[in-house]
Amino acid sequence: MSTATTNRRYAGFLGAFLLVALLLAGGASYLASSSPDGLDAVTQTGCSETDAGLQGQCIAQNAGEHPAAGSPFADYAVGGDEAFTGVAGVIGVIATLAVAGALFWLLRRRSGP
Amino acid sequence: MTTELVGMHMSDGIVNAPVSLGFGVVAILGLAVCVARARRDLDDRTAPLAGLVAAFVFAVQMLNFPVLPGVSGHLLGGALTAILVGPYVGALCVAIVLVLQALLFADGGLSALGTNITNMALIGTFVGFAVAVAMRPLARRSRAGLLLTAFVAAWVNTVVASMGFVVEYALGGQGLALGTVFGLMAGFHALIGIGEGIITALTVGAVAAVRPDLVYLLRGQRSELTLRTAAVR
Repeated sequence: MSTATTNRRYAGFLGAFLLVALLLAGGASYLASSSPDGLDAVTQTGCSETDAGLQGQCIAQNAGEHPAAGSPFADYAVGGDEAFTGVAGVIGVIATLAVAGALFWLLRRRSGP
Repeated sequence: MTTELVGMHMSDGIVNAPVSLGFGVVAILGLAVCVARARRDLDDRTAPLAGLVAAFVFAVQMLNFPVLPGVSGHLLGGALTAILVGPYVGALCVAIVLVLQALLFADGGLSALGTNITNMALIGTFVGFAVAVAMRPLARRSRAGLLLTAFVAAWVNTVVASMGFVVEYALGGQGLALGTVFGLMAGFHALIGIGEGIITALTVGAVAAVRPDLVYLLRGQRSELTLRTAAVR
């Protein structure tokens, strides 16, 4: 197998990997459960949710407003609209790939002279 | 404060400032070691794969699955990344996901980044990798062995990472009896770990089916020996 073929196959594998990530974040994310996760469920134990906020006594009452709550993508929505969760997901996948890919490319051992 | 909680991770204020700061130092020191050691595991071929693994973890962390009425869980990704790209690169993958989630998506607090990175990126990844290494002979023997290794490593990484929170809560949290926090965290994450195990086994199994040479856990000493022999010739 020539190097060119090997490289093309590897690029194909990486492309398929990216496609799966984009489909999960952009599509399957709409099917995700909206119940609190294990940690949030524990921190909310003892409280009930009301329109006025958490009532009762629980760990989550110690939590402050998130400093990035005003971010356009806060809570995986776009401008507060959860109809765009998939868009937020795709942006997140691309941002993660950009940051992680750049860091790992810079850190890598350079091959050959 | 919003009661709409889409996701995951500790918010600011769940543990007090000194404990948050302390674990911030732990996280920075741990990640510094990972950066130094990750170089060895990154080259022209594995660096792009590692970037994609991080992006994949971000995507899958969005997919909360129900575990009990009113309680969900999501992938943490420690064992998954460690098995595919090694523990040092893997911990960096999870940490990058956590930082971007906090900064872009207001998911997980900023002062809580230290505790979240310690639990999910450091404890989860290295514990998951230790289990996977212990089971490596089984993983090399057969496909079923590899899937079982991925499942068990992921289950343990989830439960032990959740115990990280219990320790942090014991040191600097309040609002619920410690025994209750321990019992609920262990119980919920024993269930969430099953989902983490299935997702990890499916992902590792899929990569191993097409490119077993890219699975870090399966490489190890044998391929190093082969490379050395080839270099001598």
